[in-house]
Amino acid sequence: MGCGRVGSELATAFDAEGHEVTVIDINAYQFARFLPASFAGQKIVGNGIDQDVLRRVGVEKADAFIAVTAGDNRNTMASQIAKHIFGVPRVVCRIYDPIREKMYANLGLRTISPTTVGARLVREALEKE
Amino acid sequence: MYIVIVGGGKVGFYLAKELVEANHEVLIIERNAAKCAEIQEELGEIVMRGDGCEAAIQEQAGCGRADLFLAVTGEDEDNLVASQVAKHVFNIPRAVARINNPKNEMIFRKLGIDSTVSATSAIMSHIEQELPSHPLISLMTLRHGFEIVEIKVPPNSAIVGRSVRDVLLPHQSLIWGIVDAEGSPKAATPDTVVHADDEIVAVTLQESEEALRAALIAPSAERSF
Repeated sequence: MGCGRVGSELATAFDAEGHEVTVIDINAYQFARFLPASFAGQKIVGNGIDQDVLRRVGVEKADAFIAVTAGDNRNTMASQIAKHIFGVPRVVCRIYDPIREKMYANLGLRTISPTTVGARLVREALEKE
Repeated sequence: MYIVIVGGGKVGFYLAKELVEANHEVLIIERNAAKCAEIQEELGEIVMRGDGCEAAIQEQAGCGRADLFLAVTGEDEDNLVASQVAKHVFNIPRAVARINNPKNEMIFRKLGIDSTVSATSAIMSHIEQELPSHPLISLMTLRHGFEIVEIKVPPNSAIVGRSVRDVLLPHQSLIWGIVDAEGSPKAATPDTVVHADDEIVAVTLQESEEALRAALIAPSAERSF
């Protein structure tokens, strides 16, 4: 869910590895902008926090769900729906705000904060300079 | 009571106005500076600028001592996260969230937010009786995925003239009662006969709604064309 830079890179890689991939984004232009012509997966325009959209893309049968839109709240809501309502076994959720990220990690979501990770990488790089 | 409201749009504004008039202590958290200024102009110093989904902002707003938390922004996902932060970080005794998509009521409940209010559902319940193409009305959502629904039996339905025991229902659905065309309610026993224009009140699983609708309104095979 979310076909930005991270979403499209993941989708392209999983597709190339032979996985069955569906990408959801509210803006169809994102597919043209970021996905290569070789991408063989499904592209769905829709809002991933809408359970009807998730059901339509077959989230019940999904082995994994990844939420990487630009909105923390959209990601957390969609991930919670995928995990707790549809029972998707593996769910990963991107949350920029480190405090919110910690809270949802405590509530049982697998979360990643690019803020925390990015800051650490920059610092490590700086220390190596 | 101390009441924190997230979202200073029309809903948040008028809620705050009513609650202040009722002598409650109220604080609105609003992201947009222009809206904050408007609220301050009209209602005084009861508005704080910030993202109400952030724990740090909620802390500044004194959520730790709030009795009631109202998340009424225009976005369901923001209202969910704001309410979850209030509940899990500040142990707020009661949080109420506004939702746009009525189907989110069940999701919010499963995620720990028991009180939701949907203008969409409220308006639908006012007009659904008048929409002939929409014969299934959702009256109430229950726990464990169940809901109470009302369905008007069209005259050409296959179940007209059958007794309740002979009506084939989807799994985990049951007919609870019937209000007949004259407006008299009766409990549904296995022997109760279904008539045209009966309003059937039934309990069903949300995902079986469509199957239940089909079971009660589908025309009989002989008469269908």
